[in-house]
Amino acid sequence: MCRLAAITSNEYFSPMENILALETMKEGHDGSGLGLTLKDLGGRFRDAKGYPILSGISSNTGTKALNEFMDKAGFKLLDAWSPKIKAVKGITPRDHYFARVYDYPKSYKTKSIKEKEDLLMNIRLMLRKIGEPDQSLFAFSFYPDVLTLKEVGDPLQLAEFFGLDRENIKAKIVFAQGRQNTNYAIYLYACHPFFIQGYCSMTNGENTAFVPIREFLMSRSFPGYIGYNSDSEVFTHILHYTSRQLKLPLTYFKDVITPLKESERETRQDREALQLMKQSLRPLCIDGPNMVIGFTPDGTCFMAHDAKKLRPGVVGGVKGKYALMSEECGLDSVIPKRTKAKDIFPMKYDMVIIKPQAEELKVWSQLQN
Amino acid sequence: MEPASKLDHNHNLSLREFPYIIRWRDDRCKRCGRCTAACPVKAIEPSVKVQRVVRSEGPVPSPHAVRNIVHIVEQVTDIERCCTGCGTCTLVCPNEAIEPEYNPQNKFMHYKNKGGEGYKRGGRRNDPSVSTLDRLKFTRISMLTDPALDAGRHEFRVRTLLGRILPPEDLPLLSDNGTLRVDKTTDRFIPPVREIFPIMIGSMSVGALSPPMWEGLAMGVAYLNEVEGLPVLMCTGEGGVPPRLLKSRFLKYMCLQIASGYFGWDEIIHSIPHMTEDPAAIEIKYGQGAKPGDGGLLMAQKVLKLIAGIRGVPQFVDLASPPTHQTKYSIEEAVAKMIQSMSMAWGFRVPVYPKISGTKTARAVLNNLARNPFAAALSIDGEDGGTGAAYNVSLDKMGHPIASNLRECYLDLVKQGKQNELPLIAAGGVAKKGNLAANAAALIMLGASAVSIGKYIMQAAANCFGDEYNRCNLCNTGKCPRGITTQDPKLYRRLDSDVVAERVVEVFKAANVELKKIFAPMGRSTELPIGMSDGLSVDDKAIADRLEISYAC
Repeated sequence: MCRLAAITSNEYFSPMENILALETMKEGHDGSGLGLTLKDLGGRFRDAKGYPILSGISSNTGTKALNEFMDKAGFKLLDAWSPKIKAVKGITPRDHYFARVYDYPKSYKTKSIKEKEDLLMNIRLMLRKIGEPDQSLFAFSFYPDVLTLKEVGDPLQLAEFFGLDRENIKAKIVFAQGRQNTNYAIYLYACHPFFIQGYCSMTNGENTAFVPIREFLMSRSFPGYIGYNSDSEVFTHILHYTSRQLKLPLTYFKDVITPLKESERETRQDREALQLMKQSLRPLCIDGPNMVIGFTPDGTCFMAHDAKKLRPGVVGGVKGKYALMSEECGLDSVIPKRTKAKDIFPMKYDMVIIKPQAEELKVWSQLQN
Repeated sequence: MEPASKLDHNHNLSLREFPYIIRWRDDRCKRCGRCTAACPVKAIEPSVKVQRVVRSEGPVPSPHAVRNIVHIVEQVTDIERCCTGCGTCTLVCPNEAIEPEYNPQNKFMHYKNKGGEGYKRGGRRNDPSVSTLDRLKFTRISMLTDPALDAGRHEFRVRTLLGRILPPEDLPLLSDNGTLRVDKTTDRFIPPVREIFPIMIGSMSVGALSPPMWEGLAMGVAYLNEVEGLPVLMCTGEGGVPPRLLKSRFLKYMCLQIASGYFGWDEIIHSIPHMTEDPAAIEIKYGQGAKPGDGGLLMAQKVLKLIAGIRGVPQFVDLASPPTHQTKYSIEEAVAKMIQSMSMAWGFRVPVYPKISGTKTARAVLNNLARNPFAAALSIDGEDGGTGAAYNVSLDKMGHPIASNLRECYLDLVKQGKQNELPLIAAGGVAKKGNLAANAAALIMLGASAVSIGKYIMQAAANCFGDEYNRCNLCNTGKCPRGITTQDPKLYRRLDSDVVAERVVEVFKAANVELKKIFAPMGRSTELPIGMSDGLSVDDKAIADRLEISYAC
């Protein structure tokens, strides 16, 4: 089962905090990989806020293809960061790990954010298509103020490999996941967190309703709903679909993945809307067992469970810094000085929501009136 | 002089040509005559014959022949009265002296066309081989990567939706400070949707079924809904509904069927103002799996006073439903109009859906319906569906198996992104071998929103003799020995509607438990696993490829 460590803070911090939290949960993961997504970047990316950052991995031929493609697409390279790789036993380094800051093509500079988002996603998908057959190029995210790192191996060793303890890489939101998807073949595109147009999520558990959900998403005529090398990728896309495409408020993500029964809906003011949603979004109901941690473009973080709550999850912290973990020991590692009694283990109807800048933690219940 | 052919019985059939041969035991029979009286086809008759017996009495052997006249039970060799193997004789025999035995070498079909008329019968396709549905296995078992659920402990929702479902993008929702509400100012039509149990009782008409059978089904369905909390629906079949039911609250558990004969609809339409509840749905029958492209026929002998009254026709006349609706000349217009007309009759509060036979053209129908916002579902009845009366050639040779037909329709909807908008109801051979829950679950995982059963419920609830060896299958004659498909009071008084109702309840309660026992180990509980094809496998590569599921051996 994947171990998850997410931290949201009003100050920049190093992703090492997440890695160390994962290390405390080591008994629970097999050290088969690491996925890191950083949002609201500090450090060396602090001044590049408005520019999209392309995160990925490439071989030498992949790099050439990438440069040619991005030039052709009209993107101007402003800055490029590559971690200083330190040889670590057991990790086979690939040619290039990169985070490249680009400027938009001239024709897009005055376009709306939505149009820019679509462009960035389409570019990422095309890069994926170019590099996927020979694995010469992996593009994980292409979005302003977001950086992604993924590799196969033990998370702590990977941190050393990437030199995360030395690099000036910081962020206010960091999601880390400590296991590759070993249910199927180990593959970088199967590694969470998954990201699409500002929405990101990671999950522990096994999604038994994966195929009907995947089919539903893939038939939405939205080019970004592809991939699905992991059954957890659908959670990110459900979040994106309900929030961005259908424009539903965030709490309805929970109502979509775990819809209430008719008798439970009665207490809700919006029961009529819930009934229609339950019918129309029936294929997106998850059956678990899953715990989902996610963030939205405005920096809100959340945790939610499936209706049976067969996967662990805990949220705690202090104003200004909260952590969303799959286990309590991870929380102790990140924020030891907190009131433990106030830690929250969300139950089947709950969605824990932390406002941007870790300002406030709220538990929203589906049963509330 | 007699012709040689007559002397040596050359034009008579031998019993070896017959599908069932009566095994009668002289030594056990007490000549009570019950078997011959009960035989629905008069395949056996009491007879006398001269028996030559050699006797010897006294201390010294002195054999001498005696000619006795003895009473026997004899099977006739008239093809019109051939034994159908129903076994009514065995049931009524007090001494286990008689039983029919299947004769696999029979040449029955060679002769069953007397008078130039093709063989007609009831039942379903005579194919006893294992169906595709029974070959499908549930192979995705949750174990260590995700915990299996407990069918007894976890909460399960074995429910489905019947009715047209709006695409999420079209929901008339407004957001006020993070809370959604339905926009009442919009003129957006929100179609009616019913939440139901995913196994329905398929269409069987009041005329085809006997009063106690139909009543038993209806009582069972009402009990399941009102006492057991299982929202099981039953479809009426063509031919109307008893007037009292039309005005009762139990109508909400009924799908009213309109077919090409429109029988019973005068009564139904006139009852609308007096209805206290809307029916669950309206089914427009365009085709039937058992006799695709063929019309219905209620034989004159079944059109008694009650049936004639309900259907609004004179007594004792053949009631033929044409193969097609007379108004139907194009799917784009006529079917759409019919769906809209039926919807309008109940103020658009009732889902209206067509039922068709399994066919290669099902996708064309489906694609048309997908574009019709008033079409509430599509019911597809595969070749193994049963019927009350049809030509044997239609039953055995016409139609399309349900599994691949349903699957290609579902995948077509997936391509269009409408898999959740137009529910598919699958029928035809569900529980042919008695595996109701397994067959239903397999069809659901192939993409069905619900399944319909007909023949199976007759077998399970009223002990219908019919099977795939052409046993009994007398539904068309009005001589059903179980009293299920007859209007003859002498026959249907054998059937107790309370017993039928009780069995209906048992069948559905058991299916509900078994469905959970299938879904629980697959980690599914909160929503019906429609289209969860990764859970299925089959031991035949060609079937696996066709159904786009995995091959396992």
